[in-house]
Amino acid sequence: MKYLIKNTQIKDTKVDIAIEGRTIIEIAPGIQGGDFEIVDGSGTQALQGLVDLHTHLREPGKEDAETVASGSLAAAKGGFTALSAMANTSPVADTAGVVEQVFRLGQECGLAAVYPIGAVTKDLAGKELAEIGAMADSIAGVRIFSDDGNCVSNSLVMRRALEYVKRFDGVVAQHAQDPSLTTDSQMNEGLISSKLGLKGWPAVAEEAIIARDVLIADHVKSRLHICHLTTAGGVEIVRWAKARGIDVTAEVTPHHLLLTDELAESYDPIFKVNPPLRTQADVMALREGLADGTIDIVATDHAPHPAESKECEWQYAAFGMLGLETALSVVWQTMIESKLMTVEALQERMSTKPAEIGRYHNQGKALTVGATANLTLFAPQRSWKVDRDLVASKSRNTPFHGMEFSGSVIATFFEGKLSWRA
Amino acid sequence: MKHLLSIDDLSKSEAIQILDTAHELARISDAPVKKLPTLRGRTIVNLFYEDSTRTRISFEAAAKRLSADVINFTAKGSSVSKGESLKDTAQTLQAMGADAVIIRHSASGAAKRLADSEWTNGSVINAGDGTHEHPSQALLDAFTIRKHLSLSSSDLSGLNIAIVGDVLHSRVARSNVLLLEKLGAKVFIVAPPTLLPVGVENWPISLSYNLDEVLPHVDAVMMLRIQLERMNDSFFPSAREYSRYYGLNSDRMAKLKPNAIVMHPGPMNRGLEITAESADSARSVIVEQVSNGISVRMAILYLLLAGEQ
Repeated sequence: MKYLIKNTQIKDTKVDIAIEGRTIIEIAPGIQGGDFEIVDGSGTQALQGLVDLHTHLREPGKEDAETVASGSLAAAKGGFTALSAMANTSPVADTAGVVEQVFRLGQECGLAAVYPIGAVTKDLAGKELAEIGAMADSIAGVRIFSDDGNCVSNSLVMRRALEYVKRFDGVVAQHAQDPSLTTDSQMNEGLISSKLGLKGWPAVAEEAIIARDVLIADHVKSRLHICHLTTAGGVEIVRWAKARGIDVTAEVTPHHLLLTDELAESYDPIFKVNPPLRTQADVMALREGLADGTIDIVATDHAPHPAESKECEWQYAAFGMLGLETALSVVWQTMIESKLMTVEALQERMSTKPAEIGRYHNQGKALTVGATANLTLFAPQRSWKVDRDLVASKSRNTPFHGMEFSGSVIATFFEGKLSWRA
Repeated sequence: MKHLLSIDDLSKSEAIQILDTAHELARISDAPVKKLPTLRGRTIVNLFYEDSTRTRISFEAAAKRLSADVINFTAKGSSVSKGESLKDTAQTLQAMGADAVIIRHSASGAAKRLADSEWTNGSVINAGDGTHEHPSQALLDAFTIRKHLSLSSSDLSGLNIAIVGDVLHSRVARSNVLLLEKLGAKVFIVAPPTLLPVGVENWPISLSYNLDEVLPHVDAVMMLRIQLERMNDSFFPSAREYSRYYGLNSDRMAKLKPNAIVMHPGPMNRGLEITAESADSARSVIVEQVSNGISVRMAILYLLLAGEQ
């Protein structure tokens, strides 16, 4: 298949982009072609295909919420060409067998590269190391390990994991949450939680683990990634660690860049998420941290749940919200329109850098002639209103339902194929 | 006013209207025939997810004195214990024609969730949701205080009220802080630091860790129940130590102003937060709180339901 994208823009240059097979074959203004399928790119920015380092695909085990196929489609719709399937499936991705299954399902679907994340510990229980080496050497080639959903709270287990992944240049992605400070916690601990009578989740529960882990990573000289940073204090600690030369990277989710704990006043668990929505001061610190590079990447923490898991009392509802289809629109609005960040920086945070952290060698590459055609066309002026009934995901739990965003994804190409088109 | 979910939903004048209405309705309770026809033919459901005999019976008596039909639905031994969701239970009750649902639930926000949903279109009355609020308890407390102490006979301005104990987990305290402040009283909160919510210093109250310092200044002291399950969770070293610093006993009673009253929302742990002598003393209005509860709940039902016909 051959595609010709007409009248798009790379940075500030108006160009056409010609794609043949898997490859970008020409980038120039006014390309004329015979047998190309034309894709109208007017009013769009051509961006590197986005790479998500934190996705819950729910397969195997919770196929009513999401599958590799439905999650891949949601990813394509959101402009992503790669995603990273978190390990908290059922069974847990703690063996080579499970990660290979997820990897193959991703390949069969073919809408995005699906990189499985392996569990750090068996059954995410935080006690014994999972088959980390076998997962790394499997056809899935796992490089990121995480017990996400659970924190690797035992310091010794965390140390061992960080040491062990050095053999194959792996990274441990920590869900920073001290479990003893967050038993039954429901939302950010602060004025709102006190008023609502919902059990608080103090910022210190996140920050204490981040502080501990950067020190362990420094001691054993290994690579640490902090999942979904949510607090101003956490940003400070990562900034300090980087200044000290510690090999740490950090991510922030789109929802933590936009939403605050005041939304819990509705008691609508659509806003219940782990880690919780924080205060406006935290939101501003996260935006600043993302802009100055303290926070390396945006990752969605896309967490689909069936309706019954959210149509209930807050306390009984599941944690998590959809993210893939809205991520770019949210980041564009919070970071680009606010002039905190350039488009190049956005591309770095949502494509280049996540691919680098995950060692995804075919992803996150600049749009140049000869490169694999992983790209997304984003129209900054084409506004849309989020409708939970129109999502590609199998679940509808988007916290952005009814919100309007100024820009939207027009088309996504994955390895030369049109994986999504508006 | 369609629902009563939080004291925040009430303006000062609406709160006073409830107290005034309760005052009128209290006279029914003293009559030989304790019944008004006001809510005849209306169906009121007591939806109780948590054991609470006191509150359920109080609402039931209030509804019956207004001639409503009352259905009691307790989670234990019902479809709920078989895993039925709040949504399905609410839709079932709606299909059976409930005009009002009085809900008691261990999850904070359950009443608001029910009121905001499309699962039911009747009035929703919060009879206690988790550690959030218990508005009818605060209204009956204010009614009791006003009856004994109010200088102006409409609001509670000029009065000092102490709330003592486990404020962190207390829905009674949250509702009372909001209502007492709304009615012009000055609220003192007294508790060990472990039993205070984060940010309590931003509440419209005076905070103290020392009960003995506060007692001489207050017109009413409201003792909160210490839940027995808190004992094993390191909120304080021992029940004995809690009593020593925060329990109301005869020595402390002596520090109160001469006409100050002693309150407790019940059920009491005698010997823990309050001694038997204090609870049974002439200044205790604890039993009266119970009978006032019926009048106040009659007023709530009356104002929510009678007006809409």
